[in-house]
Amino acid sequence: MDGLQERRRYYVVAGIVILLSVIWLARLFFIQVIKTNYKDRAESNALRQITMHPDRGLIYDRNDSLLVYNEAAYDLMLVPNELRAFDTNDLCRILDIDKQEVERRIEKARKYSPLLPSVFAQQISKEDYGYLQEKLVRLNGFFVQNRTLRSYPVPVAAHILGYVGEVNQDMIDKDSYYQMGDYIGISGIEKAYEQELRGEKGQRIVLVDVNNRERGSYENGAHDHPPVAGTPLWSSLDMRLQQFAERQLEGYSGSVVAIEPATGEILCIVSSPSYDPNLLVGRARGKNYMELQNDTKKKPLFNRALSAMYPPGSTFKLANALIGLQEGIITPATTYHCAKGYRVGSLTVGCHHAGSPDLYGAIQTSCNGYFCKLFYNIVSNRKKYKNIQEAYTAWRNYIMSLGFAQKFESDLPYETRGIIPSADYFDKQYRGQWNGNTIVSMGIGQGEVAVTPLQMANFLAIIANRGYYIKPHVIRAIGSKDNINERYTEKIYCNIDEKYFTPVIEGMERVMKSGTGWRSDIKGIRVAGKTGTAQNPHGRDHSVFAAFAPVDKPQIAVFVLVENAGFGATVAAPVATSVIEYYLKDENRKKELEEELERKISAR
Amino acid sequence: MMERKSNVKGFDTTLMMLYIILVVIGWFAIFSSSVGHTQDISIFDFSKPYGKQFIWIGVSAILSIVILTLDARVFMNYAYYIYAFCLVLMLSVFFLGTSINGAKAWIKIGQFSIQPAEFAKFATALALAKFFNDGKTDKQRANQWIVAGLMVLIPIVIIMLQHDAGSALVYLSFIFLFYREGMSGNIFIIGLGAFILFLLTFCLNEIYALSAATAIYIIFMIIKRRDKRKMLKITVIFLVAVGVIFMINPAYEKILEPHQKMRISTLFGKTVDPQGADFNLNQSKIAIGSGGFFGKGFLKGTQTKLDFVPERHTDFIFCSIGEEFGFFGSMVIVSLFVWLILRVLFLAERHRIRFVRYYGYSVASIMFVHFIVNIGMTIGLVPIIGIPLPFLSYGGSSLIAFTILLFVFIRLNEM
Repeated sequence: MDGLQERRRYYVVAGIVILLSVIWLARLFFIQVIKTNYKDRAESNALRQITMHPDRGLIYDRNDSLLVYNEAAYDLMLVPNELRAFDTNDLCRILDIDKQEVERRIEKARKYSPLLPSVFAQQISKEDYGYLQEKLVRLNGFFVQNRTLRSYPVPVAAHILGYVGEVNQDMIDKDSYYQMGDYIGISGIEKAYEQELRGEKGQRIVLVDVNNRERGSYENGAHDHPPVAGTPLWSSLDMRLQQFAERQLEGYSGSVVAIEPATGEILCIVSSPSYDPNLLVGRARGKNYMELQNDTKKKPLFNRALSAMYPPGSTFKLANALIGLQEGIITPATTYHCAKGYRVGSLTVGCHHAGSPDLYGAIQTSCNGYFCKLFYNIVSNRKKYKNIQEAYTAWRNYIMSLGFAQKFESDLPYETRGIIPSADYFDKQYRGQWNGNTIVSMGIGQGEVAVTPLQMANFLAIIANRGYYIKPHVIRAIGSKDNINERYTEKIYCNIDEKYFTPVIEGMERVMKSGTGWRSDIKGIRVAGKTGTAQNPHGRDHSVFAAFAPVDKPQIAVFVLVENAGFGATVAAPVATSVIEYYLKDENRKKELEEELERKISAR
Repeated sequence: MMERKSNVKGFDTTLMMLYIILVVIGWFAIFSSSVGHTQDISIFDFSKPYGKQFIWIGVSAILSIVILTLDARVFMNYAYYIYAFCLVLMLSVFFLGTSINGAKAWIKIGQFSIQPAEFAKFATALALAKFFNDGKTDKQRANQWIVAGLMVLIPIVIIMLQHDAGSALVYLSFIFLFYREGMSGNIFIIGLGAFILFLLTFCLNEIYALSAATAIYIIFMIIKRRDKRKMLKITVIFLVAVGVIFMINPAYEKILEPHQKMRISTLFGKTVDPQGADFNLNQSKIAIGSGGFFGKGFLKGTQTKLDFVPERHTDFIFCSIGEEFGFFGSMVIVSLFVWLILRVLFLAERHRIRFVRYYGYSVASIMFVHFIVNIGMTIGLVPIIGIPLPFLSYGGSSLIAFTILLFVFIRLNEM
């Protein structure tokens, strides 16, 4: 080789060094600068977002008693890849499962992801957690995650409080707040105030290593934020009153609804039979729910106060009295003759007495004859209306303005509208051939009328307010006790002038003093009430009573319906007046009433 | 052969400076990738890799001073003895050695393990230089190649017996020395080409190999476009190469017994990784790729700290630099190595003593192969072969061996 050739070979070698280095640099430039997905992959490798679940908002009653709180529960989590051989006996014993079940769950978790944690056992109680904690050191791959469960110190108002459950895919798609395994309000207050109660999730970004072990916080926690607990709510319910009212209906099917007329706040709302809200919490929820649902005889899950439709019976007469006065069909002094009932041709609506009562007397004695005639006259008013359709529609509009045949759509679950048929309905039903007598039973709250206990209680509140109502609701304040729930403050006026309420209330007072409800009058409180006995095609009459008190400055309006219990005066009225008294009277009297109640229950 | 006058006489401060910079960068990279997230950090924590590396750097410093004070002729005169000593040391591994990562290539001395194969590279380079230096006439050349080839092959065989294919592969770097000293250019190109094609086919797939072969074929056809006979020859070689490419994988699948397959696969890092195909390579690419242009900053790397990258302070030390200092850092490292290698080549080429030239070419080639293969494997251009990045990777044997390799050249260059 000569010098030239040697020199050329030197350049070849140097050239290879430079060429490969340039290719290597180009590759580095491609990976590091041009291709960006490595960054994301690095983050998904090493960063794990840990969601910290906030405590759900607490719910208090109107007197600051706790209705709903959170109790710590623990989920046992498993990361299959970190699993080492372990003694299954402890685990089986604590979780009360067998070996096969342990293996099945491990397999299931592995199928979901060998690297990510999945729930091995849900909602372990505090006691079991204590045992488990000792063993946990030797259970590689297992760890415990805090969870909270709803708990109810006094098992009341189950229907209204509602319950929480795991979100489904539909809910996750609708609201990005939720992730698989989160809890959401499924019914009642829990559902209506989900936004307030759920709080804000916290986030922690941690570094995890290749074995999915936590290795510290990312950038010293600069991206972390703690969870914010859900907003506490103050319910309008009076827990003691609720409990008292629920006890009153024990053994019966029925409903008690009490409203504070001035605010529309529901003081108690009972649907009987009820259930212990603690049943629908935690691991046993699914099983308990099925049991409650399968109880077709008692239907404990059915909220009678809102979802059941009943004929209001005689309590509905008050509405017709108001409309009659407003329409000028009657004055308080107008008398109608009643000959032990309303008789036209073959049609007879019976009545317990005979005579020619004026309005006061008619209310006092709950005269069927009077109110049938009145209703007939209202829908037969040809001075004002061309035909029955128009007159009936006018009547129906009054009824609707009194809150019937509609949902309030406040914060209550599963309301039903009830039924006040339209004129079209009767046209179809009777092929245009109908008159006041065809539908005269509506005058006394029977026939085609169907209302909910809530609507009736609200109607009583309208009477107590002399002409308006505020949508009945169960949450009075949000966040703090003084921060009044502004969703429900609007006064909704009915189409009846204030002055027409006076004689009706006068009549209702007489009911208590010397009428159908005299046995249940309360000493020292002016009560206005109305009994009812709702005929029921399925069995014995429903016992119905509606009242408010005190008359001059109403604080509570109550409606009570006890299914298949007969006369309003015998069962429903004492319940209603006890509720009123319990609410209005002092602690000593409350105690007496509770004792009386216990005696009554044990005598049943 | 003509003797040229050296125009760079005496001690070369450039090499010294490049060496120091690389070692310091290496120490910081080791620190970053092995420090974890502990609060109390003592750089003298000798239970940690960065603490130990501190000791190795100290040892290297002392050794380099010793080398620089020795008479340069010692290395020329004792070349064969050093070579023989290293071979014996390597053989002794079979009796005294311990296994680390499946390779029985270590001798344990107290707390520390040394890997004789690392030092054998230096010894082989020295012995080859001596051998070429003593070579007399061109007539003896044919025999000379056989002997030179054997001198390289002996350590390769011993290392292969220790199941350390990566280290054995490095000995192929002597092909650059052979080429420079008159080996047929065709053998150089065919040998190099066949090796690259084999790697591409075996480790990636036929398409990569085929496109590489085609590209090389076209380049040669253009270069030799005036010589019809050579064009024919090139075409024949190309067609043979294509045939071989398509035979490698079927041959591997059909002819070899399962346990042989296993051994070969392990050799090339194909199935050794337990977490499924390409896990390590992917993690390495993710670490480097996530660095972006300027990187995440010193100690802020996540991939290299959290064990996603295997061997992150030894063979995959470049991931740490790529992740924390980005493309900028990569560029600095590549530039430093290219500078170092070219500087050695340049000094070797210009040196008036042939022994220094021979030795220098070996030094440059060994460093080059280590550098290219090591970085190449972290970015997926070369299959995963566990050899260290000179001066940067954690490890006493590697650092000390490379220090000796380079400083002997610096000392020789002073002559």
